[in-house]
Amino acid sequence: MKKITFLLTALTALIVLNSFRLPSDGYQVGDKVADFKLTNVDGKTVSLADNQAAKGYIVVFTCNTCPVAQAYEDRIIALNQKYAAKGYPVIAINPNDPTIAAGDSFEKMKQRATSKQYAFPYLVDENQQVAKAYGARSTPHVFIVTRTGNDFTVAYIGAIDNNSEDEAAASKKFVEAAMEDILAGKPASVNFTKAVGCSIKWKKA
Amino acid sequence: MKLFKGILICLLLTIGKSGFSQSVSVIQLPALEKLLATPGDTTYLINFWATWCQPCLEELPYLEEFNAKHAKDKVKVILISLDFASKLETKVKPLVQKKRLRSTVLLLNEPDQNAWIDKVDSQWSGAIPFTIMFNNDRKKRNTFEKAFSKAELETVYRAFLL
Repeated sequence: MKKITFLLTALTALIVLNSFRLPSDGYQVGDKVADFKLTNVDGKTVSLADNQAAKGYIVVFTCNTCPVAQAYEDRIIALNQKYAAKGYPVIAINPNDPTIAAGDSFEKMKQRATSKQYAFPYLVDENQQVAKAYGARSTPHVFIVTRTGNDFTVAYIGAIDNNSEDEAAASKKFVEAAMEDILAGKPASVNFTKAVGCSIKWKKA
Repeated sequence: MKLFKGILICLLLTIGKSGFSQSVSVIQLPALEKLLATPGDTTYLINFWATWCQPCLEELPYLEEFNAKHAKDKVKVILISLDFASKLETKVKPLVQKKRLRSTVLLLNEPDQNAWIDKVDSQWSGAIPFTIMFNNDRKKRNTFEKAFSKAELETVYRAFLL
Protein backbone atom coordinates (compact mmCIF):
# COMPACT_ATOMS: atom_id res chain seq x y z
CA MET A 1 0.00 0.00 0.00
CA LYS A 2 2.83 2.34 0.93
CA LYS A 3 4.50 1.56 -2.35
CA ILE A 4 1.36 2.45 -4.30
CA THR A 5 1.00 5.74 -2.43
CA PHE A 6 4.61 6.51 -3.19
CA LEU A 7 4.17 5.70 -6.87
CA LEU A 8 1.02 7.79 -7.04
CA THR A 9 2.79 10.73 -5.42
CA ALA A 10 5.70 10.38 -7.81
CA LEU A 11 3.34 10.22 -10.78
CA THR A 12 1.35 13.26 -9.67
CA ALA A 13 4.59 15.09 -9.06
CA LEU A 14 5.78 14.25 -12.55
CA ILE A 15 2.56 15.51 -14.10
CA VAL A 16 2.63 18.71 -12.06
CA LEU A 17 6.29 19.35 -12.83
CA ASN A 18 5.62 18.87 -16.52
CA SER A 19 2.77 21.34 -16.38
CA PHE A 20 5.28 23.99 -15.35
CA ARG A 21 7.03 23.77 -18.68
CA LEU A 22 6.40 26.94 -20.57
CA PRO A 23 5.02 27.11 -24.08
CA SER A 24 7.68 26.09 -26.61
CA ASP A 25 10.87 28.08 -26.40
CA GLY A 26 9.99 30.07 -29.48
CA TYR A 27 12.19 31.83 -32.02
CA GLN A 28 15.89 32.39 -31.55
CA VAL A 29 17.89 35.18 -33.17
CA GLY A 30 18.50 34.14 -36.79
CA ASP A 31 15.25 32.18 -37.10
CA LYS A 32 12.85 32.85 -39.96
CA VAL A 33 9.42 33.78 -38.60
CA ALA A 34 6.04 32.65 -39.88
CA ASP A 35 3.77 35.52 -40.89
CA PHE A 36 0.63 36.14 -38.84
CA LYS A 37 -2.75 37.69 -39.45
CA LEU A 38 -4.07 39.51 -36.38
CA THR A 39 -6.85 42.01 -35.84
CA ASN A 40 -5.89 45.62 -35.23
CA VAL A 41 -7.78 48.04 -32.97
CA ASP A 42 -9.30 49.57 -36.15
CA GLY A 43 -10.91 46.19 -36.94
CA LYS A 44 -8.66 45.45 -39.94
CA THR A 45 -6.18 42.59 -40.01
CA VAL A 46 -2.42 43.11 -40.16
CA SER A 47 0.30 40.80 -41.49
CA LEU A 48 4.05 41.35 -41.84
CA ALA A 49 3.68 41.00 -45.62
CA ASP A 50 1.13 43.86 -45.87
CA ASN A 51 3.57 46.75 -45.72
CA GLN A 52 5.72 46.37 -48.83
CA ALA A 53 7.83 49.40 -47.89
CA ALA A 54 8.89 47.90 -44.55
CA LYS A 55 12.47 46.65 -44.32
CA GLY A 56 11.49 44.99 -41.09
CA TYR A 57 9.54 45.61 -37.90
CA ILE A 58 10.02 46.28 -34.24
CA VAL A 59 7.48 43.75 -32.91
CA VAL A 60 6.58 44.49 -29.28
CA PHE A 61 4.47 42.16 -27.14
CA THR A 62 2.85 44.59 -24.74
CA CYS A 63 -0.47 45.29 -23.04
CA ASN A 64 -2.63 47.84 -21.25
CA THR A 65 -2.40 46.50 -17.73
CA CYS A 66 1.24 45.72 -16.92
CA PRO A 67 2.94 48.57 -15.06
CA VAL A 68 6.24 47.79 -16.79
CA ALA A 69 4.54 47.97 -20.19
CA GLN A 70 2.92 51.25 -19.14
CA ALA A 71 6.33 52.60 -18.06
CA TYR A 72 7.67 51.77 -21.53
CA GLU A 73 4.66 52.97 -23.53
CA ASP A 74 6.11 56.39 -24.39
CA ARG A 75 9.42 54.76 -25.30
CA ILE A 76 7.59 52.38 -27.67
CA ILE A 77 5.83 55.35 -29.27
CA ALA A 78 9.21 57.10 -29.61
CA LEU A 79 10.78 54.01 -31.23
CA ASN A 80 8.06 54.05 -33.88
CA GLN A 81 8.56 57.78 -34.47
CA LYS A 82 12.27 57.29 -34.91
CA TYR A 83 12.40 54.08 -36.93
CA ALA A 84 9.18 53.90 -38.98
CA ALA A 85 10.59 56.55 -41.32
CA LYS A 86 13.73 54.42 -41.67
CA GLY A 87 11.69 51.39 -42.71
CA TYR A 88 11.20 49.70 -39.34
CA PRO A 89 7.79 50.55 -37.88
CA VAL A 90 6.54 49.20 -34.57
CA ILE A 91 3.87 46.49 -34.44
CA ALA A 92 2.42 46.14 -30.94
CA ILE A 93 0.73 42.86 -30.03
CA ASN A 94 -1.32 42.23 -26.90
CA PRO A 95 -1.31 38.51 -25.99
CA ASN A 96 -3.01 38.71 -22.57
CA ASP A 97 -6.16 36.73 -21.87
CA PRO A 98 -8.77 39.42 -21.05
CA THR A 99 -10.67 36.97 -18.84
CA ILE A 100 -7.64 37.15 -16.51
CA ALA A 101 -6.73 40.80 -17.10
CA ALA A 102 -10.00 42.60 -17.80
CA GLY A 103 -8.14 45.79 -18.68
CA ASP A 104 -6.72 44.03 -21.73
CA SER A 105 -10.04 43.57 -23.51
CA PHE A 106 -10.29 44.60 -27.18
CA GLU A 107 -12.47 47.55 -26.14
CA LYS A 108 -9.84 48.77 -23.64
CA MET A 109 -7.10 48.29 -26.24
CA LYS A 110 -9.04 50.55 -28.62
CA GLN A 111 -9.38 53.18 -25.90
CA ARG A 112 -5.67 53.06 -25.09
CA ALA A 113 -4.57 53.27 -28.72
CA THR A 114 -6.86 56.26 -29.23
CA SER A 115 -5.99 58.16 -26.06
CA LYS A 116 -2.25 57.67 -26.59
CA GLN A 117 -2.58 58.24 -30.37
CA TYR A 118 -0.70 55.11 -31.42
CA ALA A 119 0.67 55.65 -34.92
CA PHE A 120 1.26 51.90 -35.25
CA PRO A 121 -0.94 48.80 -35.19
CA TYR A 122 -2.03 47.45 -31.80
CA LEU A 123 -3.04 43.87 -32.50
CA VAL A 124 -4.92 41.37 -30.41
CA ASP A 125 -3.35 37.88 -30.25
CA GLU A 126 -6.60 36.28 -29.29
CA ASN A 127 -5.55 32.63 -29.29
CA GLN A 128 -2.02 33.50 -28.12
CA GLN A 129 -0.48 31.51 -30.99
CA VAL A 130 1.77 34.35 -32.12
CA ALA A 131 3.15 34.98 -28.61
CA LYS A 132 3.81 31.24 -28.31
CA ALA A 133 5.49 31.03 -31.72
CA TYR A 134 7.76 33.95 -30.86
CA GLY A 135 8.44 32.65 -27.36
CA ALA A 136 7.30 35.90 -25.77
CA ARG A 137 7.27 35.51 -21.99
CA SER A 138 6.47 38.90 -20.56
CA THR A 139 5.34 42.39 -21.41
CA PRO A 140 7.01 44.33 -22.84
CA HIS A 141 9.09 41.88 -24.91
CA VAL A 142 10.69 43.08 -28.16
CA PHE A 143 11.52 41.12 -31.33
CA ILE A 144 13.17 43.02 -34.21
CA VAL A 145 12.65 41.24 -37.52
CA THR A 146 14.42 42.16 -40.76
CA ARG A 147 13.22 41.47 -44.30
CA THR A 148 15.06 39.51 -46.98
CA GLY A 149 12.77 39.24 -50.02
CA ASN A 150 9.54 37.89 -48.60
CA ASP A 151 11.14 36.39 -45.51
CA PHE A 152 11.48 37.97 -42.09
CA THR A 153 14.31 36.94 -39.77
CA VAL A 154 14.72 37.63 -36.04
CA ALA A 155 17.59 40.06 -35.46
CA TYR A 156 17.08 40.96 -31.81
CA ILE A 157 15.12 39.64 -28.80
CA GLY A 158 14.73 41.32 -25.45
CA ALA A 159 14.34 44.56 -23.56
CA ILE A 160 14.04 48.15 -24.76
CA ASP A 161 16.73 49.50 -22.42
CA ASN A 162 18.29 48.77 -19.04
CA ASN A 163 16.21 50.96 -16.74
CA SER A 164 12.46 50.46 -16.69
CA GLU A 165 11.81 53.06 -13.99
CA ASP A 166 13.70 55.95 -15.51
CA GLU A 167 14.49 56.30 -19.20
CA ALA A 168 16.97 59.10 -18.47
CA ALA A 169 18.93 56.75 -16.19
CA ALA A 170 19.15 53.97 -18.80
CA SER A 171 22.81 53.58 -19.71
CA LYS A 172 22.08 51.03 -22.42
CA LYS A 173 19.38 51.49 -25.05
CA PHE A 174 19.28 47.97 -26.41
CA VAL A 175 16.68 48.36 -29.17
CA GLU A 176 18.15 51.62 -30.47
CA ALA A 177 21.67 50.14 -30.47
CA ALA A 178 20.40 47.07 -32.35
CA MET A 179 18.51 49.27 -34.84
CA GLU A 180 21.62 51.39 -35.49
CA ASP A 181 23.61 48.22 -36.24
CA ILE A 182 20.85 46.90 -38.50
CA LEU A 183 20.52 50.21 -40.36
CA ALA A 184 24.30 50.15 -40.89
CA GLY A 185 23.86 46.73 -42.52
CA LYS A 186 25.42 44.82 -39.63
CA PRO A 187 23.99 42.19 -37.30
CA ALA A 188 23.05 43.59 -33.88
CA SER A 189 26.14 43.39 -31.68
CA VAL A 190 23.93 42.78 -28.62
CA ASN A 191 21.08 40.63 -29.93
CA PHE A 192 19.59 39.13 -26.75
CA THR A 193 18.78 40.81 -23.44
CA LYS A 194 16.50 40.24 -20.45
CA ALA A 195 14.37 42.42 -18.20
CA VAL A 196 11.87 41.96 -15.40
CA GLY A 197 8.35 42.11 -16.78
CA CYS A 198 4.80 40.93 -16.20
CA SER A 199 4.35 37.32 -17.20
CA ILE A 200 1.95 36.98 -20.12
CA LYS A 201 -1.54 36.07 -18.90
CA TRP A 202 -1.87 32.69 -20.58
CA LYS A 203 -5.30 31.17 -20.99
CA LYS A 204 -5.99 28.54 -18.37
CA ALA A 205 -5.76 25.12 -19.97
CA MET B 1 -11.96 52.29 35.30
CA LYS B 2 -11.84 54.50 32.24
CA LEU B 3 -8.11 54.94 32.71
CA PHE B 4 -7.66 51.20 33.07
CA LYS B 5 -9.58 50.64 29.84
CA GLY B 6 -7.46 53.24 28.09
CA ILE B 7 -4.23 51.60 29.23
CA LEU B 8 -5.51 48.21 28.19
CA ILE B 9 -6.42 49.43 24.70
CA CYS B 10 -3.02 51.11 24.32
CA LEU B 11 -1.32 47.91 25.44
CA LEU B 12 -3.34 45.78 23.05
CA LEU B 13 -2.67 48.16 20.18
CA THR B 14 1.07 48.04 20.89
CA ILE B 15 1.10 44.27 21.02
CA GLY B 16 -1.06 43.99 17.94
CA LYS B 17 1.17 46.34 16.01
CA SER B 18 4.50 44.88 17.05
CA GLY B 19 3.17 41.40 16.34
CA PHE B 20 2.98 42.17 12.64
CA SER B 21 5.88 44.54 12.18
CA GLN B 22 8.27 43.23 9.62
CA SER B 23 11.29 45.00 8.26
CA VAL B 24 12.26 44.87 4.60
CA SER B 25 15.99 44.87 3.98
CA VAL B 26 17.34 46.22 0.71
CA ILE B 27 19.96 43.95 -0.83
CA GLN B 28 22.11 43.82 -3.95
CA LEU B 29 23.26 40.97 -6.17
CA PRO B 30 26.20 39.72 -4.01
CA ALA B 31 23.84 39.17 -1.06
CA LEU B 32 21.38 37.34 -3.30
CA GLU B 33 24.13 35.13 -4.72
CA LYS B 34 25.28 34.36 -1.17
CA LEU B 35 21.72 33.46 -0.23
CA LEU B 36 21.38 31.10 -3.20
CA ALA B 37 24.63 29.40 -2.15
CA THR B 38 23.55 28.93 1.49
CA PRO B 39 24.86 25.53 2.62
CA GLY B 40 22.83 23.10 4.72
CA ASP B 41 19.91 20.71 4.49
CA THR B 42 17.25 23.43 4.38
CA THR B 43 14.92 23.72 1.41
CA TYR B 44 14.61 27.34 0.37
CA LEU B 45 11.83 28.84 -1.71
CA ILE B 46 13.08 32.11 -3.13
CA ASN B 47 10.13 33.91 -4.67
CA PHE B 48 10.62 36.95 -6.90
CA TRP B 49 7.60 39.25 -6.84
CA ALA B 50 6.54 42.89 -6.92
CA THR B 51 3.69 44.94 -5.50
CA TRP B 52 2.60 45.74 -9.09
CA CYS B 53 2.42 42.07 -10.14
CA GLN B 54 -1.13 40.76 -9.80
CA PRO B 55 -0.38 37.01 -10.11
CA CYS B 56 2.41 37.48 -7.54
CA LEU B 57 -0.04 38.98 -5.05
CA GLU B 58 -2.43 36.11 -5.68
CA GLU B 59 0.15 33.48 -4.77
CA LEU B 60 1.59 35.31 -1.74
CA PRO B 61 -0.99 33.86 0.69
CA TYR B 62 -0.15 30.34 -0.54
CA LEU B 63 3.55 30.92 0.06
CA GLU B 64 2.79 32.34 3.50
CA GLU B 65 0.58 29.39 4.36
CA PHE B 66 3.21 26.99 3.09
CA ASN B 67 5.87 28.67 5.21
CA ALA B 68 3.66 28.49 8.31
CA LYS B 69 2.68 24.88 7.66
CA HIS B 70 6.32 23.84 7.38
CA ALA B 71 7.54 25.98 10.29
CA LYS B 72 8.89 22.86 12.01
CA ASP B 73 10.48 21.45 8.85
CA LYS B 74 13.73 22.59 7.34
CA VAL B 75 11.95 24.92 4.96
CA LYS B 76 12.37 28.65 4.46
CA VAL B 77 10.38 30.97 2.22
CA ILE B 78 12.06 34.23 1.25
CA LEU B 79 10.15 36.84 -0.73
CA ILE B 80 12.33 39.06 -2.88
CA SER B 81 10.58 42.19 -4.10
CA LEU B 82 11.69 43.53 -7.46
CA ASP B 83 9.93 46.83 -6.89
CA PHE B 84 12.04 49.91 -7.47
CA ALA B 85 13.93 50.89 -4.31
CA SER B 86 12.16 54.25 -4.54
CA LYS B 87 8.90 52.42 -3.77
CA LEU B 88 10.15 50.77 -0.55
CA GLU B 89 8.37 53.13 1.84
CA THR B 90 5.35 54.00 -0.31
CA LYS B 91 4.45 50.57 -1.74
CA VAL B 92 6.45 47.63 -0.40
CA LYS B 93 6.40 48.24 3.35
CA PRO B 94 2.69 49.19 3.43
CA LEU B 95 1.81 46.01 1.51
CA VAL B 96 3.94 43.85 3.80
CA GLN B 97 2.09 45.38 6.76
CA LYS B 98 -1.34 45.14 5.17
CA LYS B 99 -0.90 41.49 4.21
CA ARG B 100 0.83 40.79 7.53
CA LEU B 101 3.57 38.85 5.81
CA ARG B 102 5.58 36.63 8.12
CA SER B 103 8.10 35.31 5.62
CA THR B 104 11.37 37.19 5.24
CA VAL B 105 10.95 40.01 2.72
CA LEU B 106 13.92 41.54 0.90
CA LEU B 107 14.06 44.13 -1.86
CA LEU B 108 16.64 43.59 -4.59
CA ASN B 109 17.92 46.98 -5.70
CA GLU B 110 19.55 46.23 -9.05
CA PRO B 111 17.97 48.35 -11.80
CA ASP B 112 20.18 47.00 -14.63
CA GLN B 113 18.20 43.77 -14.87
CA ASN B 114 19.90 42.42 -17.98
CA ALA B 115 23.16 42.40 -16.02
CA TRP B 116 21.96 39.97 -13.34
CA ILE B 117 18.92 37.88 -14.42
CA ASP B 118 21.16 35.25 -16.05
CA LYS B 119 23.36 35.15 -12.94
CA VAL B 120 20.33 34.23 -10.84
CA ASP B 121 19.11 31.66 -13.36
CA SER B 122 19.84 31.31 -17.06
CA GLN B 123 16.40 29.73 -17.66
CA TRP B 124 14.59 32.76 -16.26
CA SER B 125 13.21 35.18 -18.85
CA GLY B 126 12.69 37.91 -16.27
CA ALA B 127 8.92 37.42 -16.07
CA ILE B 128 7.51 37.34 -12.55
CA PRO B 129 6.43 35.59 -10.44
CA PHE B 130 9.51 33.36 -10.48
CA THR B 131 10.47 30.87 -7.78
CA ILE B 132 13.69 29.01 -7.13
CA MET B 133 13.47 25.95 -4.88
CA PHE B 134 16.85 24.71 -3.70
CA ASN B 135 18.52 22.53 -1.10
CA ASN B 136 22.28 22.80 -1.41
CA ASP B 137 23.18 19.80 0.77
CA ARG B 138 21.03 17.60 -1.43
CA LYS B 139 22.35 19.37 -4.53
CA LYS B 140 18.80 19.98 -5.72
CA ARG B 141 17.46 23.01 -7.50
CA ASN B 142 14.27 23.64 -9.46
CA THR B 143 12.80 26.81 -10.95
CA PHE B 144 9.24 27.85 -11.74
CA GLU B 145 8.40 30.77 -14.00
CA LYS B 146 4.75 30.66 -13.03
CA ALA B 147 2.36 31.49 -10.19
CA PHE B 148 1.63 28.57 -7.90
CA SER B 149 -1.82 27.45 -6.93
CA LYS B 150 -2.19 26.33 -3.33
CA ALA B 151 -2.21 22.64 -4.20
CA GLU B 152 0.67 22.87 -6.68
CA LEU B 153 3.01 24.34 -4.11
CA GLU B 154 2.71 21.37 -1.77
CA THR B 155 2.91 18.82 -4.61
CA VAL B 156 5.95 20.46 -6.10
CA TYR B 157 7.65 20.54 -2.70
CA ARG B 158 6.95 16.85 -2.10
CA ALA B 159 8.26 15.99 -5.55
CA PHE B 160 11.34 18.06 -4.86
CA LEU B 161 12.17 16.00 -1.78
CA LEU B 162 11.74 12.61 -3.50
